[in-house]
Amino acid sequence: MDDKKQQKSISYAKWGYIFILPFFICFFIFSFIPLLDTIRYSFYEYYRSGLKEVGPNFVGLGNYIALLKSDLLKYAGNTFILWMIGFVPQIVIALILAAWFTDARLKIHGEQFFKVVIYLPNLIMASAFAMLFFTMFSNAGPVNSILQSLGWIKAPIDFMGSVGGTRSLVGLMNFLMWFGNTSIMLMAAIMGISPELFEAASLDGCNHTQIFFKITLPLIRPILSYTLITSLIGGLQMFDVPQILTNGQGSPDRTSYTLIMFLNSHLKASNYGMAGALSVYLFIVSGILCFIVYRMMNDDGEKKPKRNKKEAVK
Amino acid sequence: MNNKKPSNARSIIAHVTLIILSFMCLFFFYILLINSTRSHAELQKGFSALPSSHFMENFRAVANDGTFPMLRGIVNSLIVSGCCAAICTYFSALTAYGLYAYRFKLKNAAFTFIMMILVMPTQVTAMGFLRLITKMGMYDTLWPLIIPSIASPAVFYFMYSYLQSSLPLALVEAARIDGSGEFHTFNRIVLPIMKPAIAVQAIFTFVGSWNNYFVPALVLQSKDKMTVPILIATLRGADYMNFDMGKIYMMITVAIVPIIVVYLFLSKFIIAGVTLGGVKE
Repeated sequence: MDDKKQQKSISYAKWGYIFILPFFICFFIFSFIPLLDTIRYSFYEYYRSGLKEVGPNFVGLGNYIALLKSDLLKYAGNTFILWMIGFVPQIVIALILAAWFTDARLKIHGEQFFKVVIYLPNLIMASAFAMLFFTMFSNAGPVNSILQSLGWIKAPIDFMGSVGGTRSLVGLMNFLMWFGNTSIMLMAAIMGISPELFEAASLDGCNHTQIFFKITLPLIRPILSYTLITSLIGGLQMFDVPQILTNGQGSPDRTSYTLIMFLNSHLKASNYGMAGALSVYLFIVSGILCFIVYRMMNDDGEKKPKRNKKEAVK
Repeated sequence: MNNKKPSNARSIIAHVTLIILSFMCLFFFYILLINSTRSHAELQKGFSALPSSHFMENFRAVANDGTFPMLRGIVNSLIVSGCCAAICTYFSALTAYGLYAYRFKLKNAAFTFIMMILVMPTQVTAMGFLRLITKMGMYDTLWPLIIPSIASPAVFYFMYSYLQSSLPLALVEAARIDGSGEFHTFNRIVLPIMKPAIAVQAIFTFVGSWNNYFVPALVLQSKDKMTVPILIATLRGADYMNFDMGKIYMMITVAIVPIIVVYLFLSKFIIAGVTLGGVKE
């Protein structure tokens, strides 16, 4: 009997392997092999100039050093600034909205309507959204024309011509696309807090501000840090919006040029060595961030952020 | 009385803020829709809040434009996104079920591994990916946009959480006793139970793939294979000033509006889906 049972579970184990096999084969072919290939060529001089292919010649860490000497750090700084401009208002607004929506005494009328509207931009094609902003904020576009007809400005504002203008537009788009998503995530987190805590606090005479800072905020801290890290990973991948808005130039003067735009231009130019080294840098940074997420998902037993398919702020 | 007043003020502030934010979210789409109904000449004159009558004219101009085959692009995008949504959800559910319902030696290792790569950006392997698919002869085809979605760690994780909360293993046992084969059990018993999770993830995968720009831009070369985001990018790169502005707005409308329409129908479901399994009670 015992023997039979043993046999049975072994025969079922086979099915476990069969069921997870497609995932792992697919991952192995389309992610793992490319990763190894990327790492390998990061040590080679390998690029195309015209029709001629140069390399691959082994150069050790040459590409890595060359990258550091180029504008890599400037682009990393740009990416970070663009992410911050979108993320800071996003998290502040999302916290406030989540607190309001979950406040039983503060009856929000049309709650479902507002949720639907604030989540809407998240589903919009980022490239089309950027194209839309490009036409709207151009010198002859509707925004300038509205501002002029209202008499608020005399000459059209050259949004895309100034560093602050371009960066603000990218930040604004990221903010609009992600604050609804974050609000809804945080709302769910706050609703997971036991209502008795809020009742007890208000019986003890706490006001809204005190409840928010002393109860809500500390209790949703795990989700907040999770949001922060996934948003950082999303920010690291920022590409569509600045790429389309500035036509891949990162203008003015490459001040809105992000890391992935840099990678994209190396890939488009078939500059495999440099693209490889840049990918490895990105891999190391995102690997660290991934590990932090992994730890967060596994450390605490309850109230853990379970899933966020759509990382906040791209 | 004393208690009520500050609460009223708070309520007003909350509603005003929400209205402003909603206005910001909708304003751009409103202008987009209005401008897509106006002709180039009308657009040159400046902004107007009321729609005009050139909607069909602009639409025909977009549909008949050979340089930007927008309708062809929509068909391509539909093919890619539809296939992605289907195979991504099916195989994620399969993987999740495999790891949830069976006990085997590498189970924990496999699970840990997927959790480690849960939020890994795809861009870091883009270079090797591009070289690989070129070697495999899949450059400039739609395949490399579809097949890799079989391995989607985030969708897997969602499915796994869902199984944990809604599939009792006794049910699987019962099916076995009734003589149901393992694949049969999965397709006939487990998949129907997972329908809500599959529907939510199918929508998100579809939208994600519909909006994806980075990988298709690297992979696709010929005009008749391009998806919508690449056409938008090509439009941005073209000699913009000589264009019929009405047509440009119409192109953006065509790219954005289908998703908005679907969203309005499914909004309740989608918003519930954002947090479904998001925070476990």
